[in-house]
Amino acid sequence: MSATTVPEPKAPINPVEPFLRMDRMPHIWCPGCGIGTTVNCFTRALIDSKIDLKNLALVSGIGCTGRVAGYVKLDSFHTTHGRAIPFATGLKLANPKLNVVVYAGDGDLFAIGGNHLIHAARRNVDIKVICVNNLIYAMTGGQTAPTTPGNVITATAPYGSFDPAFNLPALVEAAGAVYVARWTTFHVRQIAKSMQEMFAKKGFGFIEILSPCPTLYQRRNKLGDGLDTMKYYKEKSKIRHGAPTGECAISKQGELIVGKFVDKEKPDYLELMRQHLAQACPQYIDWYAVEEQRAEEAQDGGCSEQ
Amino acid sequence: MHADPKGVLTGVHFLDGDHACCEGALAAGARFAAGYPITPSTEVVERFAMRVPTVGGVFIQMEDELAASIAIQGAVWGGAKAFTVTSGPGFSLMMEHIGYAAMTETPVVFVDVQRGGPSTGLPTLPAQADMMQCRWGSHGDYEIIAVCPNSPQEAFDLTIQAFNFAEQYRVPVMVMLDECVGHMTEKVVIPEADKISVYPRRRTAAKNGDYLPYKTNGDGVPDMAHAGEGHKFHMTGLTHDERGYPAMTVKAQDKLVRRLQTKITNAIDKITLFEAADLDGAEAVVVSYGITSRVAQRAIELAHAKGLKVGKFRLITAWPFPDSKIAQIAKTAKAIIVPELNLGQMSREVERAAHGACKVVHVPHAGGGVHDPEDILKVIEEAIR
Amino acid sequence: MAKGTVSIVVERCKACGFCVEFCPTKVLALSSAFNSKGYHPPILVTPEKCSGCDLCGMYCPDFAIHGYKNEAKEAAPDAR
Repeated sequence: MSATTVPEPKAPINPVEPFLRMDRMPHIWCPGCGIGTTVNCFTRALIDSKIDLKNLALVSGIGCTGRVAGYVKLDSFHTTHGRAIPFATGLKLANPKLNVVVYAGDGDLFAIGGNHLIHAARRNVDIKVICVNNLIYAMTGGQTAPTTPGNVITATAPYGSFDPAFNLPALVEAAGAVYVARWTTFHVRQIAKSMQEMFAKKGFGFIEILSPCPTLYQRRNKLGDGLDTMKYYKEKSKIRHGAPTGECAISKQGELIVGKFVDKEKPDYLELMRQHLAQACPQYIDWYAVEEQRAEEAQDGGCSEQ
Repeated sequence: MHADPKGVLTGVHFLDGDHACCEGALAAGARFAAGYPITPSTEVVERFAMRVPTVGGVFIQMEDELAASIAIQGAVWGGAKAFTVTSGPGFSLMMEHIGYAAMTETPVVFVDVQRGGPSTGLPTLPAQADMMQCRWGSHGDYEIIAVCPNSPQEAFDLTIQAFNFAEQYRVPVMVMLDECVGHMTEKVVIPEADKISVYPRRRTAAKNGDYLPYKTNGDGVPDMAHAGEGHKFHMTGLTHDERGYPAMTVKAQDKLVRRLQTKITNAIDKITLFEAADLDGAEAVVVSYGITSRVAQRAIELAHAKGLKVGKFRLITAWPFPDSKIAQIAKTAKAIIVPELNLGQMSREVERAAHGACKVVHVPHAGGGVHDPEDILKVIEEAIR
Repeated sequence: MAKGTVSIVVERCKACGFCVEFCPTKVLALSSAFNSKGYHPPILVTPEKCSGCDLCGMYCPDFAIHGYKNEAKEAAPDAR
């Protein structure tokens, strides 16, 4: 074999790496956990959306999924348990130029954070919620979550769960979201596409992504590992775009209805606020219009305040 | 720098404490408030909801106090000055986020218009029983600053001061009103905007890529960035290092938590606001704050009329507690009298700071009304007999 | 020449098996080698069938593998 005169060009880097705080790798997620997979989808969606990363802020809650904020190289906020959404609301209202993404788990968003989720959806606050649903509270050792299906052994249900579980797409649709989709970590291309669609919309968007928690959910219930779960997702998922969300409940190892269920248009909270006050308040000063003007005038841009 | 005239309602007004507090916030530059209705505080944000659309800003009534107390922090990181307002039961709900603000060094103001407690207590009646809670209510070691207005004028002035402290020290600041001051209507003079000094947000001058969110210079307080400025920084409530990254080690914990403490304790002389009179040669000194200081003033006047040598020390800054000032008083006075609308809260701090150098007598009141000045006078007389 | 290939960061792999299972052309298998954590990272067993679709990269929860098309290598000498 003769020596090449042209040097071997380097392989292109993994598209996810520019989005990661490489100085914090490796991450803490378990073998076979799907959270990292969702981060790949997220970065592909950001690339394809051509979103201005300077104006992208990520807000997370507490839990395994909450750790995403610490690993992505964006303005990122690791807030308190259940309260990513109200933090995100304040962030967005103070600087509407920001694209605000909430990345949190099922327990964080729907148990302790449930109240905030339904109100932000009700108001149609322009934030995008990515919910990784592993059907359990993983970080704290595998306790029952409001999404845990019946007859599942958890740390706080040693004889198996008997609580009825939430149907997340139905709940979020009822609360008023303009975009609701569900996928599993098997559906990587669809997740990226859904995220991209969601980022392009104004208003409260929600994507549920079912993920394995091999260390706790699967192991305690003798359901194999991450790969076994992914095979279950592949086998038992049925893509039904537009399915009535009331029919999308999840049962233990049962059929999984996935797809895009809600995609509609409604004025987002800021639009409602500005339009209403403009016609109802005689001396209304539209702060946002003023800030836009100020940003244009100032050399350094950004949100200046006194 | 000076206040933005758009938020300054210059003039001579007749306002209650709650309303004056709202005007103080607007004058300080607050353009975002989130709140949840709770008597006797609600008027602060009701007024804000009416005023802020004409000044330029946002009010949002959140679904609960947990949401309000963190929505304001999101707004701060988005670039605004923000505050929330509550009373006892809501204050209790906000405790986690007070700790979050302390840990992440988010400059934010919490107004507590104290009412009878515990629990639902006396929604429409005054107390001063959240004083220890405002200092220690959240878990862990952290510092806060708390100021106690005793009039609607002070509700205006000290709310501005609270925002200034918050920005300068990157710490949550409590404005500890009570139902009496909150609902009392008095003359409030609001000066011209250029007479109001406002501490601007400490923004980093670092370039993108060089910014370390929790690196400090000199005063132990780091400079801030906002989301959307290209710094791509991370912020977390976990124990963290200068980069803002989680650093869950003994060394990192010690470094961080001690700095959160010393940035305040080292500046105590600048933070301590107080009003003192007749301390020289005083046999008894009455230490009080908030509405009780008005009643104590009457008791002191009655004592003077009887020829008693009684001094006054009013806590305007309640936290950090002015240990050295109290220690000094304790050296020469025979007794320190502490009337308050609770069963003994700040009196414990006075006792601690006095180090046994003099008697400390508290004049408790379970709340719901104010002391009778005669009751305070009786205690003064008894103490210096 | 294969349409694509993969780049593997051996030390990051936790042998979850997603890439092996879901590669559409089944070009990967877990190797018998170990990384320092004791996991068997994947290797390209039938490189000629790799399309560079990067499905492996999208699946990998540990960011340990990614695929790319060979046009990305502009001046690659055609050694095969």
